[in-house]
Amino acid sequence: MKSNAMIDRYRWYEVIGIYAGVLLFLTFVLAPFVEGFLVSLKPLTYLFSSPYKFWPQNASFDAYFTMWERVPLLGRYIFNSILISTVGTIIGVILITPAAYAFARFDFRGRGPLLGAFLAVNMFSGAVLLIPLYRLMRSFGLLNTYFAMIVPGVAFVIPTGIWLLRTYMLRIPQELEEAALADGASRFYTFRRVILPLAMPGISVVAIYAFLTIYAQQFIYALTFNSKTEYMPLPVGLYAFFGRQDVIWNELMAASFLGVLPVFVVFIYLQRYLVAGMTAGALKT
Amino acid sequence: MTIRQSAVVFAWLLLVPALLYVLVIVAYPLADTINLSFTNASLRQTYDWIGFDNYRNIFKRGFSDVIVRTLVWTFFSVGLKMVIGTFGAVMLNAAVPGRTMFRVLTMPPWIVPMAIGIFMWGWMYNGQFGMISGLLQRFGVIDGPMPFLAYGTTAFWATIITDVWIGVPMVTIYLLAAIQSIPRDLYEAAWADGAGRFYRFRRITLPLIVPALITMSIISLISTFNSFDIIWILTQGGPSGQTTTMIIDTYRTAIGSYKFGEGAARAVLICIFLSVFCYAYFRLISRYSGATMR
Repeated sequence: MKSNAMIDRYRWYEVIGIYAGVLLFLTFVLAPFVEGFLVSLKPLTYLFSSPYKFWPQNASFDAYFTMWERVPLLGRYIFNSILISTVGTIIGVILITPAAYAFARFDFRGRGPLLGAFLAVNMFSGAVLLIPLYRLMRSFGLLNTYFAMIVPGVAFVIPTGIWLLRTYMLRIPQELEEAALADGASRFYTFRRVILPLAMPGISVVAIYAFLTIYAQQFIYALTFNSKTEYMPLPVGLYAFFGRQDVIWNELMAASFLGVLPVFVVFIYLQRYLVAGMTAGALKT
Repeated sequence: MTIRQSAVVFAWLLLVPALLYVLVIVAYPLADTINLSFTNASLRQTYDWIGFDNYRNIFKRGFSDVIVRTLVWTFFSVGLKMVIGTFGAVMLNAAVPGRTMFRVLTMPPWIVPMAIGIFMWGWMYNGQFGMISGLLQRFGVIDGPMPFLAYGTTAFWATIITDVWIGVPMVTIYLLAAIQSIPRDLYEAAWADGAGRFYRFRRITLPLIVPALITMSIISLISTFNSFDIIWILTQGGPSGQTTTMIIDTYRTAIGSYKFGEGAARAVLICIFLSVFCYAYFRLISRYSGATMR
């Protein structure tokens, strides 16, 4: 035990080195957020002034109020973003959960190759398949609807979702299902009443993963498949702050922070599970 | 029906919804891309089979430059992600007060909507009023305002840095998990033999996280190769095509000028590259795990 403690003991210059390293690393990671927040506090006239000043003069939260007047649909954009991610997450979880169970518990011919085929989907992105997706959406009559922005995104969270949840389900002891089946329960009943409740933590991780991913990646579908202003999600709606002459940067940043807020709320509450789930799923490779 | 057969039927029933979805949204479009790449499809309803003309044409229009640029862009981005990610993971692994908070603070670029993070970088790169140009002038590194996105070389590196920024949190957290899964007795044994901290890193940590580094490299490689939002929002492929990667070029051709056939041929080339990467990955990982783990 003593050696355990000793190995973790740092000399004073090592401690300084570690904190300096952490500071350097976190500066890179967080600088855009710090700068973005400070910009949202700067009045436009001070913002467009040289030389550069890091700290805002006459800081105020005005931009957080005036942005609603300049872009009246801002609330709608944020609502659209959340709606697209929420519906996408629900569809994703409904598709992922049974498939993950099949891969975790049942032995059938072609299981390995099929799982590989699902994971191969990760190789492609919406951007590569955009042309046929555009034609597909057009022939379904889905262009300029919410579904054009929801449907493609879901497909790309399915592989990782199945992988994460399958890993989680492999850890659920098999005896519980065997007992239920021996008592005469149907397979579907066992799945719904025994497995689903036990897998809930894993399903939550998958749901958070799906929500965050779809929220983060709606830009290209919204840019390409939708031209109706009232359906735009926030990432595309933010272009409303790009005027003919100038970009209204302080309000753009204020609106951005508002759009980030739902993600942060989800994240702060659940980051522990998310990190554990992502790394556990990934490390089993 | 035996119990075993009924189990197999039930398993397939569970799989069908996800399978159908992926077939319609990914597999069919993939096949359609290959099909379209041999046609002159556009917004018109009908199109003709034109053989390999699209493939011949795209190489006439300087696509080789775009391929080379994409590979260079991807190489530097993935390389930087691995270096910075390893550095971050080692720092966050150190047993100092506050490390839990530091780990949480690493995550935001990963979870924030990509477009929003990119808008923030767009401001940072602004020459007149942005933070980077401003601070560099303050410290006397550059003389006047530096609009990073206005010149080819700086725009090229600016888009790489933003891509690194988005990818680094995931790499860091994953490598941190890999470091933490290394048995402690290895370190203790080396420590008892008097091995220094840097020696332990080079001889224990680094070799044992190689599989994790390979996995993360390939995941980053795929997402960077497919990266669209960053370049589109920051430069739209400009100035004068200096940041036009294969994805951007494909988007311009297909969605910008509705040349679906030519765009599809470009997309097929992207898919070929991606397949080669994945094949190389499986070879690497199986050789590595075959040599050391079993």
